[in-house]
Amino acid sequence: MDASTSVRYFQESNGDASFGACSYGEGGNTAGRGAKVSLVGLEKRFDAVGAVCGISLEIGSGEFLTLLGPSGSGKTTTLMMIAGFETPTAGDIAIDGRSVVGTPPHKRNIGMVFQNYALFPHLTVAENIAFPLKQRGMDRATRARRVADSLAMVQLPGYEARYPRQLSGGQQQRVALARAIVFRPRLLLMDEPLGALDKQLRENLQLEMRRLHAELGITFVYVTHDQEEALIMSDRIAVVNEGRIAQLGPPEELYDRPRNRFVASFIGESNFLSGVVRGIEDGFLIVDCGWAMLRAAATRPAPIGSAVTLTTRPERMRFVDPGAMPIGIENRMRVTVRETVFAGERCRYLLRGENGETLILKEQSGAATRRRAPGEMAEIAWAAADTVVV
Amino acid sequence: MSYTGQGTATALIGAPATRPSRHAGAILLVGPLVLYMAVFYAAPVLAMLARSVLDPHLTLQNLVRLAGDEVFFHVFGNTLLTAVIVTLGTLLLGYPVALALSRMRGMAATVTLVVVLLPFWTSVLVRSYAWMVLLGRHGLINEALRGAALIDAPLRMLNTAFAVYVAMIHILLPYMILPIASVLRQVDPALPRAAASLGASPWGVFEQVVLPLSMPGVIAGTLLVFVLSLGFYITPALVGGPRDMMLSQLIAQQVDLLNWPYAACLSATLLAATLLLLLLCQSLPGVRGALRQSMR
Repeated sequence: MDASTSVRYFQESNGDASFGACSYGEGGNTAGRGAKVSLVGLEKRFDAVGAVCGISLEIGSGEFLTLLGPSGSGKTTTLMMIAGFETPTAGDIAIDGRSVVGTPPHKRNIGMVFQNYALFPHLTVAENIAFPLKQRGMDRATRARRVADSLAMVQLPGYEARYPRQLSGGQQQRVALARAIVFRPRLLLMDEPLGALDKQLRENLQLEMRRLHAELGITFVYVTHDQEEALIMSDRIAVVNEGRIAQLGPPEELYDRPRNRFVASFIGESNFLSGVVRGIEDGFLIVDCGWAMLRAAATRPAPIGSAVTLTTRPERMRFVDPGAMPIGIENRMRVTVRETVFAGERCRYLLRGENGETLILKEQSGAATRRRAPGEMAEIAWAAADTVVV
Repeated sequence: MSYTGQGTATALIGAPATRPSRHAGAILLVGPLVLYMAVFYAAPVLAMLARSVLDPHLTLQNLVRLAGDEVFFHVFGNTLLTAVIVTLGTLLLGYPVALALSRMRGMAATVTLVVVLLPFWTSVLVRSYAWMVLLGRHGLINEALRGAALIDAPLRMLNTAFAVYVAMIHILLPYMILPIASVLRQVDPALPRAAASLGASPWGVFEQVVLPLSMPGVIAGTLLVFVLSLGFYITPALVGGPRDMMLSQLIAQQVDLLNWPYAACLSATLLAATLLLLLLCQSLPGVRGALRQSMR
């Protein structure tokens, strides 16, 4: 979308007094366009089963927040409560400071994109996108113009007269997106919108959604079970497990400093080693793992004598020659290679450590790296700073 | 015989083996039914239709009589009017039931379905008699109203057009409810949610999303009820008055008088009217798709 269309898209809202709280700021300044969402002690029980058991979350204006978790974790239920399709059993939801728990869904002025697109099959693309504008009493001419702008924004110009059944999955999803934002909501909810698409299409749309988010400046709340997707798209991720938030933070923090075993294993892959804290030195914990003394970053309080689980990412480990000098403060381990899996840009090794535990090591393929064969003995090293207590 | 070079080669090698028809299986399966229908349905109907112009010899006198028969036109008009009223009645009463049925799940859905289908499984004769019991001068309704001191003299409900409408609507309701419910069930449940999230009020969701999507079922149900109403016999015969006679009753009357050719002519008229109606509707856009969709 070129600059002039973008400016007009947002400037038009100045005259739209009838659209109340959903007007955007002037020109290209995106500050303040998104809604602030506040979830306080949200709970939802279905009969005796607790789907959501106490979720509290502050979502900032214009933030891209992802609710990430396995099936049944409560993330979709939470989204449905924000949208108004489920009533919380306890707790409150406030949007821009006003509680919305008593407001029916059609009055909440929130955009929503569903997993199966939910396009109206009996309406054309233009009629689908104009639907929310029609509910708000907009006149035909303005509707047509907004529809055209929306389609341009999702890169489907000229598709007005088609019917949903004539579109591919990716195109349908983009129309669903256009429909959800055409009425300038301050909050957009998305329930696993890319789940039904193939990998290539998904990746393209992920980037498009990020671009759209940057352009629109509104708050996005995204639900997915795909951790890679969450890492790519989000400003912050709330990892949800069994109705509670396991960890909340920016992608890098969740990846480098997981706070518990669930987050460490759900996001990316992790190696786990257990031991007992023996002391602290230079800001690193000294952990006795039985077969070796390892050093770990003191990311959380761990009194001496306490049992801890350490975790390291497989790609932070590397093979070393037995006599090589350590780089910084390192942990070392002797291993036997059990399995070698070549995956194009990477090689993935399954190793058996001295303690009998299985470890995963991921190495970038390159001219300098020598692929190790199963059965080989080797030594691996990784930085103590990359070893985290969970 | 003369051979071309190719022909000789073919003749020497022999004709290529014929592949068994792909449709052989389908033909074998459908064959018996088609045969049955042809012998016990198509043939008698055609024979009956033929009687209207061939008995006792090729003649158009029955058609001429038909054209000048005032009773026929009155009865035909009444038949059409009754069919329209009954169709509208079943639509107005049946649509909400279909809507509710499509939203139910589990036990509630099963029970409701059984309640809707029960009249199906009861003989239409029994049901018509039941209406006589209900609507009669000393029937249940009148007795209840008199017992509650709401009326002094019994209301005249039986042997009226009102009775015919009520009874026919009751009997034909399942034919309207089931196609509509079937189509409504196929509607993606996310659609009403999407409409609500986009700002449509509950009535707006119904009017703009649910109703248009239910149209195939409505069309199928309407067609079904209308066509069935045209040919109804027992119910109007039992609960209707002499002025509410429908075409089938007229045909029966002629048969009673042993006036077979004229009866055949009247039947042909009924058949022609029905076929004409179906043909007309089929040509309307979307109706064929509607019928196909509601039969799933």
